[in-house]
Amino acid sequence: MSDHTHDSHGHAAHAHGDHEEHVHEVSHYVKVWGALVVLFLISVAGPMVGIKILTLITAFGIAIVQASMVVKFFMHLDIEKRYVHYFLATSLMFMFLFFAGVSPDVMKHHGTNWTNVSALETKARIEAEAAAGTLEHHGGEGEHAAPAEGHAPAEGHAPAGEHAPAPEGQAPAEGH
Amino acid sequence: MAFKPIATTRSAAGILTAKLAVWWLLASEVVIFGGVLASYIMHRIGHPEWAHYAVHTNTLAGGTNTFVLLTSSLSAVLAHRAAQLKDGATAAKLLLATVGGGGIFLVIKSFEWANEIKHGYTISANPFWSFYYTAAGIHGLHVIAGMTLMLWVANDARKNQELHRVELVGIYWHFVDLVWIFLFPLLYIAK
Repeated sequence: MSDHTHDSHGHAAHAHGDHEEHVHEVSHYVKVWGALVVLFLISVAGPMVGIKILTLITAFGIAIVQASMVVKFFMHLDIEKRYVHYFLATSLMFMFLFFAGVSPDVMKHHGTNWTNVSALETKARIEAEAAAGTLEHHGGEGEHAAPAEGHAPAEGHAPAGEHAPAPEGQAPAEGH
Repeated sequence: MAFKPIATTRSAAGILTAKLAVWWLLASEVVIFGGVLASYIMHRIGHPEWAHYAVHTNTLAGGTNTFVLLTSSLSAVLAHRAAQLKDGATAAKLLLATVGGGGIFLVIKSFEWANEIKHGYTISANPFWSFYYTAAGIHGLHVIAGMTLMLWVANDARKNQELHRVELVGIYWHFVDLVWIFLFPLLYIAK
């Protein structure tokens, strides 16, 4: 049967069978959860300050810290075999490899001997509509737009597929 | 006590075979979710104008769901702790609490989506909403899968059977939580 002893770190050494594993106290996990909730609240409050770089830090910096805490304290990866770390890291590397290979084409709209005309036109159209206050939030991609009841674009709105900016003085679409 | 002749540990791996399988599964999940998230990030950077669409995601719903998932991860790890102590009944109850958390998550998500679709923000409205529904949808399917597995494991755990599975299904659930930790700022905070 089980045999419990406690060490100075709040762990209970739980011996059973041919090996011994450490059992943390409930308070240990509650503290980790409390820290995760506090970090979550900070990430929500971050954008309220209105500083873009601070929002990025509080949103994504905190997400990375939270993820590390979940992996270490809840998934117990820190006490897992090293090779498990390696194949998880390999998966992550594939993700970064994908990002590195594809992002130059996706994140830029023009380069040497190529221009992403569609992306540039869409960008210009959305910005023009946003400036005019007529942005069709729910549609915006031409024939794919499906206006819902009470959210139809104002009359006289240029078809989105033609990438034409909305006429001046146009009434903004309802809602949103 | 009779033991079932199941090979649970292999000397070459050094850990429970089932646990190795779970980690292997998660490694493949990293590629799946990593691909979706990386695609979203590069498109978001390439299209700053998407911010005009992102402003319409419901931060309250997303935030509440983040809190719910973090809390469900706590109950999942406490279930693991109970299983370590050979307390199958408590482990089963905590797993059911975790399933309850998943249920709350899905209910909030369904109301959130229904409201967005009602306002015309559908999966085909524009690429931003396509990413939104695809990423959150794949994640939601994982929540449902985790809840289903947890009910199965809880049923065995309450009889003090297969208690090692409590940790395994917990690891999977924490990963689902972890993905949401990244989805939340990407879809609800970065506006």
